[in-house]
Amino acid sequence: MKNIYLLVILVVLAVISVSIGAADLMNDEVNILLLSRVPRVIAVIIAGMGMSIAGVIMQQLSRNKFAAPTTATTVDAAKFGVLISLILFPASGSLVKMVTAFAAALLGTLLFMTILQSLKQKNTIFVPLIGIMLGSVIDAVTTVIAYRYDLVQNISTWMMGNFSMVIKGRYELLYLSIPLLVVAYLYAQQFTIAGMGEDFATNLALNYHLVVNTGVAIVALITALVIITVGRIPFLGLVIPNIVALYKGDNLRNTIITTALFGAVFLLVCDIFSRIMIYPYEIPIGLTVGVVGSIIFLYLVVRRRGQ
Amino acid sequence: MIEVRNVTKSYGDLKVVDEVCIRIPKGKITSLIGPNGAGKSTLLAVISRLIPKDGGEVYIDQIELSDWDNRELAKKISILKQTNHTDLRLTIRELVSFGRFPHCRGNLTKADWDQVDLAISYMGLADIQDKYLDQLSGGQRQRAYIAMVIAQDTEYILLDEPLNNLDMKHSVEIMKMLRRLVEDLGKTVIIVIHDINFASCYSDFIIAMNNGAVVKVGTANEIIDRSLLTDIYDLDFHIETVNNNRICIYY
Repeated sequence: MKNIYLLVILVVLAVISVSIGAADLMNDEVNILLLSRVPRVIAVIIAGMGMSIAGVIMQQLSRNKFAAPTTATTVDAAKFGVLISLILFPASGSLVKMVTAFAAALLGTLLFMTILQSLKQKNTIFVPLIGIMLGSVIDAVTTVIAYRYDLVQNISTWMMGNFSMVIKGRYELLYLSIPLLVVAYLYAQQFTIAGMGEDFATNLALNYHLVVNTGVAIVALITALVIITVGRIPFLGLVIPNIVALYKGDNLRNTIITTALFGAVFLLVCDIFSRIMIYPYEIPIGLTVGVVGSIIFLYLVVRRRGQ
Repeated sequence: MIEVRNVTKSYGDLKVVDEVCIRIPKGKITSLIGPNGAGKSTLLAVISRLIPKDGGEVYIDQIELSDWDNRELAKKISILKQTNHTDLRLTIRELVSFGRFPHCRGNLTKADWDQVDLAISYMGLADIQDKYLDQLSGGQRQRAYIAMVIAQDTEYILLDEPLNNLDMKHSVEIMKMLRRLVEDLGKTVIIVIHDINFASCYSDFIIAMNNGAVVKVGTANEIIDRSLLTDIYDLDFHIETVNNNRICIYY
């Protein structure tokens, strides 16, 4: 699909999203729009773009179609970081939480990449399995610690993807993702070449380790930002890049804008869906994305086997 | 000219390349032959700075590897390894355009695209240039990778077992293509090759290796010698001359 069509769809959906909601717009139009509706749409769009780009970068760098922040330890490590900041700096604001979550996400993802490099057999299924296992170990440690500090409920609230909490003054950190997306765009060609392997990259005078570390840092930072402001959004980083790759291939330079737009459209659709299903209440976005995403994911796996 | 002086590379206690000294002349095809584990591929990877050497020097046009600017080196020498497997879905044209990366850092100009078109048509891939790599046969894929190296436009082209997994027809095609690169474009081609008869028919020089050391360097006719090969491969060789080419029979 042409990017321009996706952009038009995105704008239309954004307008629809702004115009639906529990509060009656007639009474206090401008305030509701500026305080809640518009920030929400912006947050959905940025988060959708961010998680899709984070996913596609992980897939290229780990040379695996099923790698994404959720399957490559990043999200679980970020959760551990949130816990640490809840224990050490309980009164601190979002920025401190974001920094600790980022540091933990970065370390966790680098650990995953290091384990990956020492693997002899880089089987398609084996790679995400390692990531999920490592993530589960970190998650278990998080849960044990959270249990001792009586923070289990607190941390699961933090992690639950939820756009209804997005209001003016509570989501602006997410804007930091935009320059990261620009950097990702500038590095697009480098990521694809690095994804061809270290020897291939060295032959072309590409600093392989620099590019991989830059990519991992972008992924960790975007993931931390989204988790702190919105929460965990499953499947997005996994499904969106795979769908785009089916139609446009894996040359990131050609696909990165489509991936970002498609991610935003997909998340916006899921968000609107979440809000009208049990109107005037909401289904958590993670649930909608999880259901729709897993159906698409299963379709992809089956289709892959069919080829 | 590539000059290798006393190059050593070990993995643990095993010396894979042991005090190797060779000179590889410009504008020729030079083949590295020898049994498995002789150190051919390792030597090729050391020359192309893919793996660091433990000792010795490699001079490319009189400049030692460590003194080369990495980007300039990538415009001078290119290497294609034997395993070119990727899960990434790229078209032939996209892959070949990567060859221009050392020249333009990813922002291809008109001149760069001209070079890409030239490489694609040189390898006879123009009709299928928008096909994805995973839709190609083994021979087509190998040609696509070689086209990328041609687009990289380096004086020295190093290929590690370019005939791996190719049938006879495609092997002949690739070797003829390499000869044209040398004769028409003045490239210097260095290959690791297992099929000794291909080495004999298409190389100018052959370097015979065994146990990490160079046994002998010479023209194809000098190296394809019964006692030398019998010694290196531990096999009984019979050599015939057919159409001025020395052909080994060892089956």
